[in-house]
Amino acid sequence: MLENALLRMQADLKRALGKPVAERHWGMVIDLRKCVGCNACTIACKVENKTPPGVTYHVVLEEEIGRYPNVTRRFLPRPCMQCEHPPCTRVCPVNATYRRADGVVVIDYDVCIGCRYCIAACPYGARSFDFGEFYTVGQTPRVAEYDLSSNFEYGKERKRNPANRNTSPIGNARKCTFCLHRLEKGMLPACITTCIGGARYFGNLNDVDSLVAQQAASLHVMRLKEELGTEPSVYYLL
Amino acid sequence: MSKRIILVLILGLVALAFGASGMVDRIGMGLLHVAYGAPVPWALWVVFYIYFIGLSAGSFLVSSLIYVFGFKRFEAAGRLAIFTALVSLLTALIFIWVDLGRMERVFSVYLRPSFTSPLAWIVWLYTAYLFLLLAEAWFLMRRDFARGSKGGGLQGTLYRLLALGTQEDSAAARVGDMKVVRVLGAIGVPLAIAFHGGTGAVFAVTVARAYWYTGLFPIMFLVSALASGGALLTALTAFAVRNGYTKHKDLVIGLGQLLTLLIFVDVLMEIAEILVSLYGTAPAHFIPIQEQLFGPNWYIFWILGVGFALGLPLLVLATVGRKSALATGLAALVSAIGFVGIRWNIVLPGFAVEELPGIGKSFFEPHWVYGLYVPSLMEWQVSIFAVGLALVMFAIGYSILPLEAEVQT
Repeated sequence: MLENALLRMQADLKRALGKPVAERHWGMVIDLRKCVGCNACTIACKVENKTPPGVTYHVVLEEEIGRYPNVTRRFLPRPCMQCEHPPCTRVCPVNATYRRADGVVVIDYDVCIGCRYCIAACPYGARSFDFGEFYTVGQTPRVAEYDLSSNFEYGKERKRNPANRNTSPIGNARKCTFCLHRLEKGMLPACITTCIGGARYFGNLNDVDSLVAQQAASLHVMRLKEELGTEPSVYYLL
Repeated sequence: MSKRIILVLILGLVALAFGASGMVDRIGMGLLHVAYGAPVPWALWVVFYIYFIGLSAGSFLVSSLIYVFGFKRFEAAGRLAIFTALVSLLTALIFIWVDLGRMERVFSVYLRPSFTSPLAWIVWLYTAYLFLLLAEAWFLMRRDFARGSKGGGLQGTLYRLLALGTQEDSAAARVGDMKVVRVLGAIGVPLAIAFHGGTGAVFAVTVARAYWYTGLFPIMFLVSALASGGALLTALTAFAVRNGYTKHKDLVIGLGQLLTLLIFVDVLMEIAEILVSLYGTAPAHFIPIQEQLFGPNWYIFWILGVGFALGLPLLVLATVGRKSALATGLAALVSAIGFVGIRWNIVLPGFAVEELPGIGKSFFEPHWVYGLYVPSLMEWQVSIFAVGLALVMFAIGYSILPLEAEVQT
């Protein structure tokens, strides 16, 4: 019987959590042959991380091939690459962003001064800045609940209030964390579980028995802008 | 206070009044009303920041010609140069401060710096430079403070405070003071090269932006700073100093000739960058240049940059400027203003190319605008407010400090 990929990855995740943090290397493989460009991943990310207007951790790039009406489309989902040599972390003047032992590049919202150097330095456009926008404040008679709902990134509750725009993460750089807060509770990242095509794999690249490591070992993989030496932890299956 | 300085003060106050509401918005609402975003993370305020930091480095390095390298010809402009460097530095720091998402956390750069970041380096270097400028300015003017402290009235009290208890105002004391100035100036030269080259390096180390990622970039920064600072100093000597271009004709023309050389070297570097980048087929290299030259903001390159900052002044300085201090002063003023355009084209073309093809069309929300960036009203107001502060600082400092003491003797 064909094994369910999500259940397999869930088991892989549990196994990884049993190891010390430094022995994990969270990674992702995205199968471009299976991606239908539905953007469910982008939406799931928005919902999970409560990202405000102007902030997105995930996008799906589209490329049109041929001339209308004889066209086809190709899609490229882009989370943070969680580089092994991230150009964004070393430029931070206050050590607010750094790469964890498990490979996830994180931002300490309580330290970030909002200089946006990391955003300029990211070769993948994977970082956003929180300008303190809200979807419905001043736009609708009643402020929507989702605008005010707390954010639980990094396992810490942060309330969002239009009356006080000087509370982090407003004024900070923001980025994809591979849903670190979910991982640590044994849950897969939101973009993985939501993918309707089953195009995404996630797990510990340091574990040869994990599905993600086996997929990444395929001969048909590529990583974005490898020539920059960033060593992304996100692979694309072609 | 002379008429010219009153004019500067009034201009400054008008600018403050115009910008005040924008500044209130900036403080109260944070960066909500700026037009930039993740695709263009650095914009108008960064342009003005590197403009003013360049003016500061440039006028300081010109002052070092006098105090370190012994170009007595420019001596009368020395104090003005140091004072201009100080005001420009403070203005630059205001610009970069308001650009921070969390202004109140700025001191983290001192408390928990990461020295893998050029940004942390330059903040520390700016700080050292600020203290050096203050010390050098004090030793330059100490004798006048000491002398003035014997007088009465408001100025007497102020000079007593500024003299910090020193009273010696003999010629021998001046020799001693000038020795210290020379040492400070000598320390300042590598410091200025480091902090301004470092400001260039903030951009140049960014592997993600091919337009900045060149070894020439920090060098261009330095040359360009020298040219813009030289231009401002020439203009100020001609127009801010009493009887500037009439009585100090030789000084103004001399500075103008120095400016000619600096602009010439700057043009050379610009041409090298442009031709090399434009030749290839790699979009990350040629698109930023193509956008500057032929994009919707072409006039910033051609009119402000090529015309005002470089071309027109070069033409005037090489012809009528050799005889006329007025023409030299005007050319320098136009050049100093035009350099804002050159600074714009240092920052913004860096973001002309999408990091990944198609990313600009992948998402539609506020602050996520790839392509043309147009500063918001609030950004302009805050900029004009900061420039207003600079003008007021200049006018007040100019009227209370003995900046012209040596010019008149």
